[in-house]
Amino acid sequence: MEAFLDTFFNIDIMLQALPLLLKGAVVTLKLCAVVIVLGLCGGLMLALGALSPRRWLRWSSIVYIDLFRAVPPLVLLVFVYSGLPFAGIRLSPFVAVVIAFFLNNSAYFAEVFRAGITSVPKGQSEAARATGLSPVQCMGYIVLPQAVRNVLPDLLSNTVEVVKLTSLASVVSLSELLYSANMARSVTYNSSPLVMAAILYLAVLWPLVRVISRYQRGLAVN
Amino acid sequence: MTASRTMLEIHALEKRFDQTEVLKNIDLKVGEGELVFVIGPSGSGKSTMLRCCNRLEEPTSGAIMIDRERITDIPRRDLDRMRLKVGMVFQGFHLYPHMSVLKNVMLAQVKALGRSKPEAQARALDMLDQVGLKHKADAKPAELSGGQQQRVAIARALALDPKVMLFDEPTSALDPELVGSVLKVMKELREKGMTMLVVSHEMAFAREAADRVVFMDGGYVIEQGPPDELFGNPKSDRLKAFLSRVSGNEAA
Amino acid sequence: MRFFETFFNLSVIEKYLPDLIAAMGVTLYLAVATILTGVLCGAALACLRAAGNRYVNFIIIMFADMMRALPPLVLILILFFGMPSLGINLSGEMVIYLVLSCVLMAFAEEIFWGGLTSVTAGQWEAGRATGLSKAQTLFYIAFPQAFRMGIPPLVNRVLATTKLTALGSVIGVKEILSVSSSAQSFSGSATPLTMAALAYMIIFIPAVIASHQIERRFRYTR
Repeated sequence: MEAFLDTFFNIDIMLQALPLLLKGAVVTLKLCAVVIVLGLCGGLMLALGALSPRRWLRWSSIVYIDLFRAVPPLVLLVFVYSGLPFAGIRLSPFVAVVIAFFLNNSAYFAEVFRAGITSVPKGQSEAARATGLSPVQCMGYIVLPQAVRNVLPDLLSNTVEVVKLTSLASVVSLSELLYSANMARSVTYNSSPLVMAAILYLAVLWPLVRVISRYQRGLAVN
Repeated sequence: MTASRTMLEIHALEKRFDQTEVLKNIDLKVGEGELVFVIGPSGSGKSTMLRCCNRLEEPTSGAIMIDRERITDIPRRDLDRMRLKVGMVFQGFHLYPHMSVLKNVMLAQVKALGRSKPEAQARALDMLDQVGLKHKADAKPAELSGGQQQRVAIARALALDPKVMLFDEPTSALDPELVGSVLKVMKELREKGMTMLVVSHEMAFAREAADRVVFMDGGYVIEQGPPDELFGNPKSDRLKAFLSRVSGNEAA
Repeated sequence: MRFFETFFNLSVIEKYLPDLIAAMGVTLYLAVATILTGVLCGAALACLRAAGNRYVNFIIIMFADMMRALPPLVLILILFFGMPSLGINLSGEMVIYLVLSCVLMAFAEEIFWGGLTSVTAGQWEAGRATGLSKAQTLFYIAFPQAFRMGIPPLVNRVLATTKLTALGSVIGVKEILSVSSSAQSFSGSATPLTMAALAYMIIFIPAVIASHQIERRFRYTR
């Protein structure tokens, strides 16, 4: 028991590592903000593309979505970070991470938006068009608000996945939360900083996970 | 009431949900082969009484006897055995959507009664034949009309050879044109001598097929007797009011 | 042409293809082991939760929440670097298998539990009224329906979790990504990374397409 506590919950080491970890957490938050906003926008565009009546646009969107859902995000990241320099494109870790995760996330968010948009009955857009709204107005005022409400739990759980995903940035030495914790671990020869990082992730993500569970239960009852 | 032996007896039954008293001192006897109809306004406690008879609802106090066995004393873990003796048909059918009609009727025979599969299947087909749905044995419940689903639910209960059948508003969820097929099956059952306790709003059917009608209101049994007497010469004001309300609805 | 030389160098492909195929084997068997353990144990946990013991359920919910909220890479690093301090040496493959199985187990439990709660009370009553025991009603009536309802989200979650096998590269498991990144540094060519991406596509694109089919099939049938 003592060995266990000393290995995973060494308070002294945790406190020592905390400033470094908090600095990492700030980087993680920045990364999340950029990646989530880009992913949502890109996902929406792709979803609209995948539902477009124009065949080339529809197919290229679908191929993009399936392709980037099939490749593990870490593979994309390594490819962008270590592969592109061979083509003369050298990117900072932050930019490489943003690009790689954008490719991955936008595909996932696109699936969610697409499911949401198709869940809105056709009568809704027909009614909107019949009252003289343009296609864009119809999508913006009538279809999208309902679509988003229908898939809100999925959007939320996808967002949780994105936050978890940012921990992969540690692999390309971006000094976010997990990277900082792993640094502290290798310096102190003790795993407590990793546990500390886990606690910080939990502090943000646990409430969200609870909300998602509640939400899904609520839907199931209706 | 004929001098046949009593198959279902409810004695001093009470049921409370938290503070609200739903059933107050209910006494009721159903003889073997008798069809007893329970009528009353919604919220009068009739469904709750029915559900106490196989302990889907636990009585607060009182006793219920089925075929002279006090089912209110049976420990919880032995309830399954008791429930085999009491068939129940629900308002909402509750067929298992993931199984074929035949499997719906076979499941409890095999798993709860311990019949062999061939035996259960033969029995299931027999019962489906009785309710006129043998040709639907391989269909999924979703492919059937409401009336057909309810007849399958009756076959599912009958296949276990129950001593008593409980019907909880069996036709309330059906379109009017489908009600007849279910009532026909119930009438045939009565002719075969099944003991039945039915909660329903089908007054015309009660008049025609019931041996006895029980009127409940506010958790009490207010009045009971043969249908002609109860409908033709109601004694209590509450029953009079209820009957005029119902006939008013039927006229409209 | 230089682009082609960099990312599709034939001699490099020829040299590393056997290694990569072996690595695909490792990825596949890790994936299969994870799926089997995760889905089966997740189903068992959901059924256990249906039994309704307050203390057991508390533990199940805590476990499921943690595994869903924590980034898997954090768990992997904690197990891989922390356990040896307690005298427990786990191979990289074992760590990946344990962590991914637990993650999938948690999500599968939530999915099946969501299904179980949306099986109507009437179904339970019908089972109990025909003399089936609570356990029999659960196994023959409630769970099969919960399973059907859970298939579309479960398929997506299975794909997402199996793709995480790429995290093995961080702790030296010889799966697709780690084999190709070391090949990349030995050969000084980006080609192995292209091969890795292709290898994942070979495995996962059919799976993604199949998941669309499954989703369509199970969406409207109850």
